[in-house]
Amino acid sequence: MQEFLQQVINGIAWGGVYALIALGYTMVYGVLRLINFAHGDVYMFGAFMAFYASMWIGPRVTGVGGVVLVILFAILASVALGVVIERFAYRPVRHHPRLTALITAIGVSLLLENGGQQVFGADPQPFPSLFGSAEPIQIGGLIIVRSIVYILVCTTALLLLLQYIVMYTRFGKAMRAISQDPTAAALMGINIDNVITATFALGSALAAAAGLLVASYNPQIDPYMGLLPGLKAFAAAVVGGIGSIPGAVIGGLVLGLAEVFVGASAYGDWREAIAFALLIVILLVKPSGLLGTGIVEKV
Amino acid sequence: MKSAAAHTIHTMISWLLKAVWIAGTILVLLALQPLLQSGAIIDPYWFRILLLMGINVTLAVSLNLINGFCGQFSIAHAGFMAVGAYTSSYFTLHALYTPVRNLSFAQQATWMIGALLVGAVTAGIAGFIVGIPSLRLRGDYLAIATLGFGEIIRVAILNIEEVGGASGLSDIPPLSSFFWIWLIALMTIALSRNLLVSSHGRAVLAVREDEIAAEALGVPTTKYKVIVFAFSSALAGMAGVLAAHLDLSIYPSSFTFLRSIEIIVMVILGGLGSTTGAVLGAALVTLLPEGLRYVPAFTVRGYVVEMQAWRMVIYSLLLIVLMLTRPRGLLGGMEWSWHGLSRIGGRWFRGRPSDRNLPPEEQGEGDLL
Amino acid sequence: MSFLQVDNLVTRYGAITALQGVSLRVEEGEIVTLIGANGAGKTTLLRTLSGILRPATGAITFRGENITPWQTDRIVRAGIVQSPEGRLVFRGMSVRENLQLGAYTRRDRDEIAKDMGHVFELFPRLKERLNQSAGTLSGGEQQMLAIGRALMSRPKLLMLDEPSLGLAPLLVREIFRIVEEINREGVTVLLVEQNARQALAIAHRGYVLQTGQVVMEDTAAALAQNEVVRKAYLGG
Repeated sequence: MQEFLQQVINGIAWGGVYALIALGYTMVYGVLRLINFAHGDVYMFGAFMAFYASMWIGPRVTGVGGVVLVILFAILASVALGVVIERFAYRPVRHHPRLTALITAIGVSLLLENGGQQVFGADPQPFPSLFGSAEPIQIGGLIIVRSIVYILVCTTALLLLLQYIVMYTRFGKAMRAISQDPTAAALMGINIDNVITATFALGSALAAAAGLLVASYNPQIDPYMGLLPGLKAFAAAVVGGIGSIPGAVIGGLVLGLAEVFVGASAYGDWREAIAFALLIVILLVKPSGLLGTGIVEKV
Repeated sequence: MKSAAAHTIHTMISWLLKAVWIAGTILVLLALQPLLQSGAIIDPYWFRILLLMGINVTLAVSLNLINGFCGQFSIAHAGFMAVGAYTSSYFTLHALYTPVRNLSFAQQATWMIGALLVGAVTAGIAGFIVGIPSLRLRGDYLAIATLGFGEIIRVAILNIEEVGGASGLSDIPPLSSFFWIWLIALMTIALSRNLLVSSHGRAVLAVREDEIAAEALGVPTTKYKVIVFAFSSALAGMAGVLAAHLDLSIYPSSFTFLRSIEIIVMVILGGLGSTTGAVLGAALVTLLPEGLRYVPAFTVRGYVVEMQAWRMVIYSLLLIVLMLTRPRGLLGGMEWSWHGLSRIGGRWFRGRPSDRNLPPEEQGEGDLL
Repeated sequence: MSFLQVDNLVTRYGAITALQGVSLRVEEGEIVTLIGANGAGKTTLLRTLSGILRPATGAITFRGENITPWQTDRIVRAGIVQSPEGRLVFRGMSVRENLQLGAYTRRDRDEIAKDMGHVFELFPRLKERLNQSAGTLSGGEQQMLAIGRALMSRPKLLMLDEPSLGLAPLLVREIFRIVEEINREGVTVLLVEQNARQALAIAHRGYVLQTGQVVMEDTAAALAQNEVVRKAYLGG
C-alpha cells in the first residue's frame, strides 16, 4: 500500500511537470494552431540559465535571496527567448501554410539544441541544489524525496495561478477569444500580435519553471534534455485535448501516472513508449482529446 | 484512329523501350561501380557521400509520395527505414553463413535481392498498419500520430533483446554497393514518376487537391491513402536495408524522429510535391554538412570558430531562413487542399492587398489541415 | 465632411476583384443601409472597413481621419464596431464573457457595468442567459448577443452585417426595432442586409450594391418606391 502511494505521489509529481510543459504547447496551439517544437528546448534553456546564474550569483548573494534571483533570472531569460522566437521565427510565417510553420518550429528546436551543444558543451553539467537540504521528508510513514515535494507544491501553485489568469483576467479572455475565433477576436479590438507574444511569454515561463524543478530533482543538465520531455509533454497535451488548458493538466497527470506505473511494472522497459502509445490510442478513439470539444475534421 | 493491332504493337514497343531503359541503366551502373570505387575518378571520401546520397534520394522520393501527392504528412519515415534495416539484417545475419567476399557476384546479388525483399515487405506491412489510422485522421493529427508510431517502433526495437537492444546489430554482411544503392534510388524515382502519370496517380493527386470532392466523385480516397503509405514505407524499408548493409552496424538511435525530420527537410527543401525537388533536396542535405567542412575556420575575439563544429547550428539556421524566405522550397509547388479552416475559427487577412486577403491555400501555398 | 467617407474602395482576393471602386458616405446619426444580393460584396466591404481585409486602392475616412492603413484593433478603438456576418459569438464562453469581451478596449469598469445593464434593457433575454455558454443560444439570441457585444464598446459607428440572416420574421422585426432605438440613442448605423424591405423601412438613406459596385444611391423611401429595386430586391 505504501509502495503504491509512493508511486502515486511520484506519478502526480511527474504529471505536474509534464502539465507545466504541456500548457505551453496547448496555449500556443490554441492561439496559433502551431505545434511549437522548440518549446521543450525552452525548458532546457531555463535550466541552463539557472545553472549559469547560480555560478555568478551564488558567491555574491547567499541564502533565499540568491535562490530567488537565480530563479527570476532563469525565468526572465526564458521568457525573452520565447518572445524572440515568436517575433523572428514564427510571426513571419503566421500567414503561411502550417506545414511551413511546423518546419520552422523544428528548425528552431534544432538550432537551440545544437547551438546549446556548442555554447554549453555537450557534456552534462551538474545542476546546483537550489533548495537547501536534500533530506527526504517523512509524512506518516511515507518517505518522499524533498524535490518531489517542491515539484508538487510549485506545480500546483503555478497551475492555480494560470487558471486564474486564463479565466478571470482580460488577457486570459483575449487568449481564449483568439483560440475560439481569431476574426471575431480582432473585431473586439484585441491586438492579436500582443496577445500572442504574451502567450508565448507565459508558456515559456512555465517551461522554464518545469526545467528548474526537474533539474533540482535530477541534477544533470545537457542541451538535449528537452527533446524527449518536450515530445512527451506534447503527447500529453494532445491526450488531454490540444488547445484545452485543463486538458493539458489532465493529460500531464495521466501521462505521469501511466509512466510511473508502467515503469514499476514488469513492462518497465516500455516506459518511454507509453506517451506515444497513449497518444495513438487517443487519436484513434477520440482525436480531440479527453477534454476536447469533439470538433475534429473527419471525413 | 488506332486499330487493335496497332495498339498492341504500340504497347509492345513501349514495353521493349522500358526493358531497354532498365537494361541500359543496370549496365551503366555496373560499369560505373568499379570505376568509382577504385578511387581513380573520385576520392573515396566523396564516393561515400555519393552512396549516402543515393540512400537519401530513396528516402526523400518515397516520403514525397505521401507528403506531396496525398496531402498527408508523415513523421514516421525513419521508423519504416528501421523496420527494413532490422528485419533484413536479422535475416542476413542468421541465414548467410559464408562471408560475402567468398560469394560470386550472382550469389551476392541473390542475397541482396532477398534482403531487399524482406525489408520491403516488412516495412510495407508496418506502413499498412500505420496507414490505417490515416483513414481517420488528417493534417496535424496525422503528423502527430506518425510521430508517435515512429517513436514506438524505435522503443520497441530498443527493447527487443533479439535484435541487440541498445547495442544494436553488428557485423552485418556488406551486401550494399554503389550499384544496388543507385539502382533502388533510380527505381524509386521511376516508380514515383509513373505513379504520378498513371490513372492511379491521378486519383492520388485528386485526393491531395480536395479530399472531400474526390470522395464525392467516387474516388476511394482511403484505399489510395493506405496503399500509398504502404508503398512509400516499403521503399523506405529498402533504403534501410541498403544503409544497414553499408554501415554494417545499426542502432535504434540512428532512427529517431530527428532522422525522420531530416528526411522531411530534404523533401521540403527541394519543393513539396515534386519528385525532382525531392532528389535535389536529398542531394543538398547530404552535401551541406560536407560543404561546410571546406569553409575555413576563423577567429572571433580569440575564440576559434570552426565551421565544422557549428555545422548543425548553421544547418538549422538555414532551415529557418529557408522557411522564412522561400517556403515553397527551391523548386516550389506546394499545392495542398483547403479544408475547413473556418471550423477552427477565422482567417487572417492582413498586410499586402489582394493576395494577403486570401487564405493561405489560395495564395498558391497549401494549408495543413 | 461626412462621418464616414468611403472613396473608390477596391478590394481583391487574389485574382478576384470583390469591390470595384465603392464610394459611399454615412452622416452622423443616420441609419444607412446597403442592400444587395449574395456575392455583391457587402460583407467584403464591411470587412475592409474593419481592417480585416486590405484594400488595393481607395480611401476610408472616419471623422476626418484617414483610417485606410489602420489595423483592426485601432479601428475598433476609434469607435467603428461590427456585428459580423454569422454573428461569430464566442461559443465556448458565456454570454457575460462575450459581452465583457465586447468592452475589451475599455478600462472604465463602472461605465462598462452600466453599459451591460443597458444591453440587458434592450435584450432582456440575454440577462436570463447570462451564464450560459453562447454556443447554446438560439440563432436569434446569438444575434442579440452579437449586437449587444458590439454595443459594449460604445461604438460611434455600428456596422451590422446581415442581422436578419436565418431568423424568423417576427424576430427580425424585433431586432430592427431595437436597431432603431440604438440609433435614437445616438449611434450611427451602417446596416448591410439582404432583407431589403425591413432594412429600407428603418433606414434614412440607402445604397444598392451589385457585383462590387454601387449602382444606386438615394433616400430609403425613394429606393423602396423605385421600380428596379422593387423588382430585384423587394419581390416586385
